[in-house]
Amino acid sequence: MTDMPDTTLTGDPSHDAPGAHGDDAAGYYVPGSPIADTKSPGGPIDERWQTRKFEARLVNPANRRKLDIIIVGTGLAGGSAAATLGEAGYNVKSFCYQDSPRRAHSIAAQGGINAAKNYKEDGDSVHRLFYDTVKGGDYRSRESNVYRLAEVSTNIIDQCVAQGVPFAREYGGLLDNRSFGGVQVSRTFYARGQTGQQLLIGAYQALERQVAAGTVTQYTRHEMLELIVVDGKARGIIARDLVTGEIETHLADVVVLASGGYGNVFFLSTNAMGSNVTAAWRAHRKGAYMANPCYTQIHPTCIPVTGSHQSKLTLMSESLRNDGRIWVPKKKADCEKDPRDIPEEDRDYYLERIYPSFGNLVPRDIASRAAKNVCDEGRGVGPEVEGVRRGVYLDFSAAIERLGRDGIEEKYDNLFDMYARITGENPYETPMRIYPAVHYVMGGLWVDYDLQSTIPGLFVTGEANFSDHGANRLGASALMQGLADGYFVLPHTIRDYLADGPFEKIEESHPAVVEAKKAVEDRVAHFLGTSGTRSVDSYHRELGNIMWEYCGMERTEDGLKKAIDLIRTLKDDFWRNVKVLGTNDSLNQSLEKAGRVADFMELGELMCIDALNRRESCGGHFRAESQTEDGEALRHDDQFAYVAAWEFATDPDVAEGMGTPVLHKEDLVYTAIEMKQRSYK
Amino acid sequence: MAASGIIFIGFVLLHMYGNLKAFSGHDAYNEYAEHLRTIGEPMLPREGLLWIIRAVLIVSLVVHVYSAAKLWRRSNHARTQRYVVKKNLASSFSSRWMRWGGLTILLFLIWHLVNFTIGKVNVSGGATNDPYNLLVDTFDTWWMTIIYLVAMFALGMHLHHGVWSSAQTLGLTNNARARRNAKALGWIVAVVIAGGFSLVPIFVLAGVITK
Amino acid sequence: MKVTLKIWRQPDSVSPGAMHTYELDGVSEDMSFLEMLDVLNEDLIVKGEDPVAFDSDCREGICGMCGLMINGQAHGPEVTTTCQLHMRSFKDGDEIVIEPWRSDAFPVVKDLVVDRGAFDRIIQAGGFISVNTGSAPEAHSVPVPREDAIRAFNVATCIGCGACVAACPNGSASLFMGAKITHLGELPQGQPERDSRVVGMVAQHDAEGFGGCTNIGECTAACPKEIPLDVISRLNWDLHAALRHGH
Ligand SMILES: Cc1cc2nc3c(=O)[nH]c(=O)nc-3n(C[C@H](O)[C@H](O)[C@H](O)COP(=O)(O)OP(=O)(O)OC[C@H]3O[C@@H](n4cnc5c(N)ncnc54)[C@H](O)[C@@H]3O)c2cc1C
Ligand code: HEM
Ligand code: SF4
Ligand code: FES
Repeated sequence: MTDMPDTTLTGDPSHDAPGAHGDDAAGYYVPGSPIADTKSPGGPIDERWQTRKFEARLVNPANRRKLDIIIVGTGLAGGSAAATLGEAGYNVKSFCYQDSPRRAHSIAAQGGINAAKNYKEDGDSVHRLFYDTVKGGDYRSRESNVYRLAEVSTNIIDQCVAQGVPFAREYGGLLDNRSFGGVQVSRTFYARGQTGQQLLIGAYQALERQVAAGTVTQYTRHEMLELIVVDGKARGIIARDLVTGEIETHLADVVVLASGGYGNVFFLSTNAMGSNVTAAWRAHRKGAYMANPCYTQIHPTCIPVTGSHQSKLTLMSESLRNDGRIWVPKKKADCEKDPRDIPEEDRDYYLERIYPSFGNLVPRDIASRAAKNVCDEGRGVGPEVEGVRRGVYLDFSAAIERLGRDGIEEKYDNLFDMYARITGENPYETPMRIYPAVHYVMGGLWVDYDLQSTIPGLFVTGEANFSDHGANRLGASALMQGLADGYFVLPHTIRDYLADGPFEKIEESHPAVVEAKKAVEDRVAHFLGTSGTRSVDSYHRELGNIMWEYCGMERTEDGLKKAIDLIRTLKDDFWRNVKVLGTNDSLNQSLEKAGRVADFMELGELMCIDALNRRESCGGHFRAESQTEDGEALRHDDQFAYVAAWEFATDPDVAEGMGTPVLHKEDLVYTAIEMKQRSYK
Repeated sequence: MAASGIIFIGFVLLHMYGNLKAFSGHDAYNEYAEHLRTIGEPMLPREGLLWIIRAVLIVSLVVHVYSAAKLWRRSNHARTQRYVVKKNLASSFSSRWMRWGGLTILLFLIWHLVNFTIGKVNVSGGATNDPYNLLVDTFDTWWMTIIYLVAMFALGMHLHHGVWSSAQTLGLTNNARARRNAKALGWIVAVVIAGGFSLVPIFVLAGVITK
Repeated sequence: MKVTLKIWRQPDSVSPGAMHTYELDGVSEDMSFLEMLDVLNEDLIVKGEDPVAFDSDCREGICGMCGLMINGQAHGPEVTTTCQLHMRSFKDGDEIVIEPWRSDAFPVVKDLVVDRGAFDRIIQAGGFISVNTGSAPEAHSVPVPREDAIRAFNVATCIGCGACVAACPNGSASLFMGAKITHLGELPQGQPERDSRVVGMVAQHDAEGFGGCTNIGECTAACPKEIPLDVISRLNWDLHAALRHGH
C-alpha cells in the first residue's frame, strides 16, 4: 500500500463534517478516564527499544527456575515465546486446545513474512517498513510499537533460517524475496505458499526441544476457561482437560495470552474451526481492556459460500489479483449464464472502472467493499445462497492468453488445484468465483509497550493483542508480529515484571482461585443442565449472520444499533435454550463450542458498540456515514485518532452480567511520521 | 535383515549356477559337486570352504528369521484393533506376502536339505550317493517338481520385494530414479533366480535331462 | 444425495467400540466430507443422540488435525486431507465406512478422535536444530544450494496427520520420521545433530510401539502431502551412518 499516492487532508471533503454529529454510541457506553502507555521510554524513535531493553530489570539465572510462566497458545506468538523463555531457564507451562502445538492456526498462513533486510537493495529499511505499516494501518497504531516491530524483523529471519526453516532461495543459494500486498519493495520472505506452516514448525520444534529439556511442560487438548487474578495480579488460569473433562487449576507468577484472533465471531471466516475469543474474553471480564474490537480485516479473495452447510471459508492468495481480472455481468439477467457466453461488452470490470489507476490491485478493504456493493445490486454470480448470489468472477483468460497455460500453472498451480478441489470447477476453463471473507482482526486486548495488559502480570502477544496494525494490517505482517513478540520482545519485557518475583505462593484454596474454578464449573453445569432445543452451531451461525450483515464490510449507525438489539435477544435465548448433550467427563465438542459461542456473543455486542462509537471510516472499518463524495473512506483524525480501550462492566440484571462498557481513550501521537489520508483513484 | 537377505541372494545365485550344470550332463554336475568340497585344499581341509559357507548361511538364517519374527511381532502389536475395511493401494502382492512367502521358503528349505543334503532321501527309492542321479530321480516325480516350483515362485516373490526393500533399508534409494532402478532390479533378480532354478526340474520332468 | 454411513462409535479410550449405521439424506455434492458429518451431527443433536466426535481445525488441509479412514483409505479416495475431500467424490446411495486411525500408538480418545501425542514425543527426541533465540548468525552467512532448499521444503510440508501410520500394514511411522530427518538433514544448519537426531527419533519411535518399516509403500500413497519413499531411505542411511560413528 505504499504505492498509494498521499493526499494530505486539507479542507473538508466529506458529507459528514467532523464534529457535525454527536455521540453515536451514547447510552451504549460510559466514558472513562484516558489511558496511556507508560512503558515506552520516549526519546528518538530508533533508540526507544534499546533503552527499554536496557532499563528492563534482569532476573538472576538461578531464580528463573523458580518462576512459573503460563503461556496460552502455541501459534507463532505463543510457541516462540514458550521456547525462548524455556531456553532462558524459566519454568514454562504451554497450553493449546489442539492435540499438538504444531496445529495452531498460524500454520495456515500462506503468503509470507516481512522483514526489513533490504537484501534486494531496493531502498528498504527499518524506517520504511515502519512507515508502511503505520500508513497501511491508516494511522491508528502506536508508533513506538510499530517501530520496534520493524526493528526486530530482521532478527526473525536469522533465527528462522538457523532453525532450518526452508525459505525460498535463489540460484546462488541466498534468500529470495517478493513484493506483497502492493508494496513497492521486495521484503517478503516465503516458503512457497506455506510460509506460516514452515515458520510454525520451526517454533514448534524449538518448543519441543524445551519440552525434552524439561523447561516447558506441554498441555495439549486443554482449553483455558478462566483467568485467576489475585490481589490485582494475574496468577494463573483455570483450564479444562478436553479429554477427561477435568477442570484444572494452574498457578504461576505470570500469564501470557497468545490465543490468536477472534474472526470466528462471524461464524464463517478463514480462521480454524476452534479459533476463539474465550481466553481473551475471560481476561477482559477480569479487567483487561479490549482495544479497537471492531477493526476486522475482510479479505477479498476467498472461495464463496456454497450453501447453508458451509462451515468455514478458504482464502485464495492475494497474489492472484496480479493476473486475474475481476468482473460481474452488467445486466442482472446475465448472472445465471455461463460466464464464457457473456460477451466482453456486457461485462463490468468494476475495479478497473472505478479505480482506473490501481484497478484490480486496490487494497483489501476497497476490493472487498466493491464486491459487496455489486452483489448487493443483484449482479453477483454463482449459486444463490439464501436468495442472493454472492460471488464475483476472477478471470484468468486474458492472462492465460498472454502467459500461456504453462505460465499460469507455474505461478499458481497449487492455488488452481485447491480451487478445483473445493468447487469442482476447472479455473483454467471457467473464471474463478471469489467473495470477501473475514480473515484477521486488528483489535484485541490492550497492551502497553511491554505487551502487558491492564492486569499486571497478564501479557498478551500475537493476534490476540490489539497489535501493531492499527485499523488495517498489511499482508505478511502478522507472522512478523507474532514472531517478533514471542522471540524478541516479550522475553525482554517480561523480565522486568518477573524481577519482583517469585511472588507470594498462593494455594488452590485461595478464595480468588476457588471463585474462578467455581465460575467455570457453574458454566459447564449450566450448559449440560439446560434442556433446550437448539444446537450451539445454530446460535453461532445466527450470530455470524448478524455480525456479517451489520458489522461487516459496511457499517451504519442504524444497522449497528439493530445488531446490538438482535445480539442481546439471541444471547438471552442462548442461555435459556441451548442444547448440549453428553457429559463433562469425556471429550465433548458441543460443550467446548457452547463456551466459545457464549463469549462470542458478548464480544459481538462490544464490537458493534465500538463500531457505533467510531463514526469515521478507517482501514477495515467503513462507516457509511463517513465517506467522501465519491464513496471513499474518510477518517476523522481530529475526533478519532485514539485507541478505544474498553473496560468490562458488570450488570447483575443481564444474563451472565455483561453491563455497559467503559471507554478509555489512548491518544495516538505521531512524532516520527505525518498523518495523511489514503487515496487510490 | 538386509545384510542376511543379500547374503542369501549371493548364495542362491551361486547355487543356481551350480544347478544349471545339470544341463552339461552327469559328469560335469558331479564334478562340480565334488569341486565344491575340495576348493581351497590344501589350505583348507576337505569341505572347509563349504563349511564356512554353511556357517555363514546358518548365521544369516538365524538372523534373518529372528528379525523377521521380530518385525512380525512388532507389527502385530502396533495394530491390535483391525480395520473393518482396509484397502491396499500401492503395495505389491509380493510385499504383503513377505512373511508367508518367507515361511514357505523356510519349510521348503528344511525339506530341501533333508532331500538333498542331510537326509538324502530319494523318493523314487533309487540310490542317494550320486548327486546327479538323485536330482534326476527327484524331479522325475511330478509332485516333487510341483513343490519345487511353488517354492521357486515364493522365492521369486520374496526377491521381487526383497531386493528393492534391502536397497531402501541400506539407504541406497535416495531419489525417484534410484527407487525405480531398485524396483526394476527386484524384477530382474526375481525372474533370473526363480526362473533359473525352475529350468532344471522342468527339463527333468520333460525328459530333456535324463540319467 | 443420500448416503449410508457406518461409523465407529466408542465412548472413550477404555470402553469397547462398535460400528453404527446412519442414513443421511439431502447431502449436497458441494459439501466437504466434514461438513457432511456436521450435518449428521446437527441431526443427531436434534434427535437427542450424542454427536459423532471427530477432529478438525483449519479445514484447509494444512494443520493435520483431521484424519479419518474412509472406506479403507486414509483420508478417503482422493490424495488430500479428509477436510479437503468433497462429497462429489461419492455417489447417491453409497455406503461409506468411517473408522479412526488404527494404531496402538494412537489410542482412540472418542469415536473417530485419536491421540497422536507420540508424534510430538518423536520430535522431542531430536526433530529440531538446537539454536537458542538470539544466537543465530546473519541469515545470509550460510548460502544453501537452491536444490537442497527445495528438497528440504518439499518434505517439510508434512502436516503430521498420521495417515502414513494409519495406512501402513505394519503401523510404522517411518514416513513421518523420514520426512523430518530429510528436511533437517538436507540443510547445512542441520548437520551438527544429524547423528543424534536419527538415533534419538528412531529409538522413540520404537518405544512408542510403532511397527517396523518393510518398505511396502502404503504410507506414501496415503500421504496427503505426497511425501516420497526416499525419505525412508534417507532415514536408514543416516541411521547406519550414526551407528558407524559409534552412536
Ligand atoms: C488463511 C490465513 C492466511 C494468512 N496468511 C498470512 C500471511 O501470509 N502473512 C501474515 O503475516 N499473516 C497471515 N495471516 C495471519 C496470521 O497467520 C495470524 O494472524 C497469526 O498466525 C496469528 O498467530 P498467533 O500466534 O497470534 O495465533 P494462532 O496461531 O491462531 O494460535 C492461537 C493459539 O492459541 C491457542 N488457544 C486459543 N484459545 C485457547 C484457549 N481458550 N485455551 C487454550 N489455548 C487456546 C490455540 O490452541 C493456538 O495454539 C493469515 C491468516 C489466515 C487465517
Ligand atoms: C528362511 C526363510 C526365510 C524367511 C522366513 C524370510 C522372511 C523374510 C521376512 C519376514 C522379511 C522381512 C521383510 C518384509 O516383511 O517385507 C524378509 C526380507 C528379505 N528376505 Fe527373506 N526370508 C527367508 C529367506 C530368504 C532368502 C532365501 C532370501 C534370498 C535369497 C531372502 C531375501 C530377503 C531379502 C533381500 C529381504 C529384504 C531385507 C530388507 O528389507 O532389509 N530371504 N525375509
Ligand atoms: S508423512 Fe504424510 S501421511 Fe505421514 S504424517 Fe506427514 S503428511 Fe501425514
Ligand atoms: S482440518 Fe486441518 S488439515 Fe484437515
